[in-house]
Amino acid sequence: MVGEAPVGATQAAVTRALKEAVVTGLLAAAVFLPLIAFTSEPSMQNTLQLETHWGLFLIIVAIIAGLRFVQILFIVPWLERRPSKPAAPSAPVSTARRLVVRFFAPVAIGLLALYPPLVIVATGWSGSLKWIDNFGIQILIYVMLGWGLNIVVGLAGLLDLGYVAFYAVGAYSYALLSKTFGLSFWMLLPMAGILASFWGILLGFPVLRLRGDYLAIVTLAFGEIIRLILINWVPVTGGYAGISGIPRPTFFGIPFTANEDGFAAVFGLEFTPLYRTIFLYYVILGLALFTAFITIRLRRMPVGRAWEALREDEIACRSLGINTTNTKLTAFAVGAMLAGFAGSFFAARQGFISPESFTAIESASILSIVVLGGMGSQIGVAIAAILLVGGTEIMRELDFLKHIFGADFEPIRYRMLLFGLAMVLIMIWKPRGLISTRSPTVFLEERKAIPADLLREGRG
Amino acid sequence: MSAAPRDTLLRLEHISMRFGGLVAVHDLSFEATRGAITALIGPNGAGKTTVFNCITGFYKPSEGRIALQHGDPRLWNELDTLTARGQRSLHRPEGALFLLERMPDFLVTHKARVTRTFQNIRLFQGMSVLENLLVAQHNPLMLASGFTALGIFGSRAYVRAQRDAIDRAVHWLEKINLADRADDAAGELPYGAQRRLEVARAMCTDPVLLCLDEPAAGLNPRESADLNELLLSIRNDGATSILLIEHDMSVVMQISDHIVVLDHGVKIADGTPEQVRNDPNVIAAYLGVEEGEVAHAEAEAGL
Repeated sequence: MVGEAPVGATQAAVTRALKEAVVTGLLAAAVFLPLIAFTSEPSMQNTLQLETHWGLFLIIVAIIAGLRFVQILFIVPWLERRPSKPAAPSAPVSTARRLVVRFFAPVAIGLLALYPPLVIVATGWSGSLKWIDNFGIQILIYVMLGWGLNIVVGLAGLLDLGYVAFYAVGAYSYALLSKTFGLSFWMLLPMAGILASFWGILLGFPVLRLRGDYLAIVTLAFGEIIRLILINWVPVTGGYAGISGIPRPTFFGIPFTANEDGFAAVFGLEFTPLYRTIFLYYVILGLALFTAFITIRLRRMPVGRAWEALREDEIACRSLGINTTNTKLTAFAVGAMLAGFAGSFFAARQGFISPESFTAIESASILSIVVLGGMGSQIGVAIAAILLVGGTEIMRELDFLKHIFGADFEPIRYRMLLFGLAMVLIMIWKPRGLISTRSPTVFLEERKAIPADLLREGRG
Repeated sequence: MSAAPRDTLLRLEHISMRFGGLVAVHDLSFEATRGAITALIGPNGAGKTTVFNCITGFYKPSEGRIALQHGDPRLWNELDTLTARGQRSLHRPEGALFLLERMPDFLVTHKARVTRTFQNIRLFQGMSVLENLLVAQHNPLMLASGFTALGIFGSRAYVRAQRDAIDRAVHWLEKINLADRADDAAGELPYGAQRRLEVARAMCTDPVLLCLDEPAAGLNPRESADLNELLLSIRNDGATSILLIEHDMSVVMQISDHIVVLDHGVKIADGTPEQVRNDPNVIAAYLGVEEGEVAHAEAEAGL
């Protein structure tokens, strides 16, 4: 008699968990049936053929149903049994935490500076190219873009869905001006920034009267307009074919070629294409650090405080004599300028650009980096960029999965799926992003972190 | 127009505000005196906040003129010239004259130095108390930072200006008894402290006229008394005059020098607290009855 009640309860719990697992499994089946079970592949005759992947589909549905079962049966009761911690609002930062905060940035920058030599030691000269280029440079470009957009979205609270437009302006400025006039990378870098911020202001004037969702829609449209111009203005931009043969950056005048006047020959080294990659790595590292530096400085300037005040309450800003139009425009222009820098670097690194690289999905990726990282947080945005971009790249490396799912399994094809899954998980676990607290820009006695629930996202 | 009395700071003439067919304010004229506390009272929906929005540039009145004057009162004689010239303001070595209805909201604060607070508190909740007070000093700090160009390189002038701004903020924090909470988020303060902080933030813009929209709403009697003291001390310092909307009669009657009563967008009384208190029109408006029935209604209410 004594043992019966718990057994009954367990049976009920198992039944409930099974029921939930079946429902979730059906939902997953409905979602993944079109996504995974069927794909269309071009055949030898250049026609599309429907291919099916029933094995993979069933495995994924089974995994999801199983996870749901485990969650309902074990994780939920365990979470409920755990005593809930009372939230401590704006607690003074502890000493250990302060040390972490104090030394995080120098240590991180030191590691980043040492990254290329460390990779070369670890993987050898030939193996390191991939790690420096695909991981190092690629991630740093997105870190920089994330930090740039962070000024617009995270600080000023203006939802900009067309950020990639300014990235494109920077890239095409560099490509066209360097090909036409033969100007050097270091000359064109500031020029690309200025041109992009000019476009930012041009767009900002009419658009910044709009607020919230309307602003988001118009910026999205602007991003598409720029891309369509790049596609259709064929005489200048080359249309879909893009621009190739863009001059590569030189080491202060010394090109990275195998010639006698090339970098390797001048410094008496054996020629390898790696030198250029390493050089580009340090250039983008410098650009990203520059972005971080001016963001930190600007936050402490009156204009930076006005950006954040604008995000908190625009009407109060106006009542305090702040010209909100100008303040929004400066945020837009600074954000656009940084995207322009990143764009010109991108063009110089690739040597080839086309409108393909500047689609709306690119804007969405940059925005999700900012949102996942925690709006306004530099370290959070950097971590999010590493997770999202690095995660995508690492998926190309997961060859062992082929042994599990079959030889034709390519993990990279599911990156958007996993991207979405990661977003959902982080939004459940940390709805305001990885690092959501705000650190005040000025303090009298001690700097206290401001909890996320007090911060506003801004309404444009 | 004849010359206004010597110590007039703000002058509203024939202000009307219409929203489509609704007349929120009709032909309102009154004056606020320099160095005084002027109260704007009236039942709910009388149009008080609309008048505030007109004065502070958030609304453009449908008709009428709102003038504000700095410095030498003789400048009032130039009012019609300025109006006819179609400009926003007139600057002379001895002072300045502004037509507020021609200015956008942020310039009303920046140039004419009229600052307002809001009925529902509008602090920057996610910023610290000190930051709130620094944002209020945006314009002078912006100038000191060379519109950011100099400040970003840490120019000494900007560092000094920021230190002065912090000193001013601390001065006001001490005045509202919040000096020990300078580094906390504004949104974490108790309600009464948020009300006081909003007044302090407005004062950090260095206004000649402080417009307070129901500053005592939701305060307990003790907090209300503290607020009275704060407002009186602001007035007695001399540089700032106060215009306030308030429902709490203990605040209005104790501290106001002059009261304007609105009902349904029309001015029904204008005078000292004593005059207004005994005005049958006012009593009728507040009790919601016609003038002739006041005695009857008072008897019913047990007054």
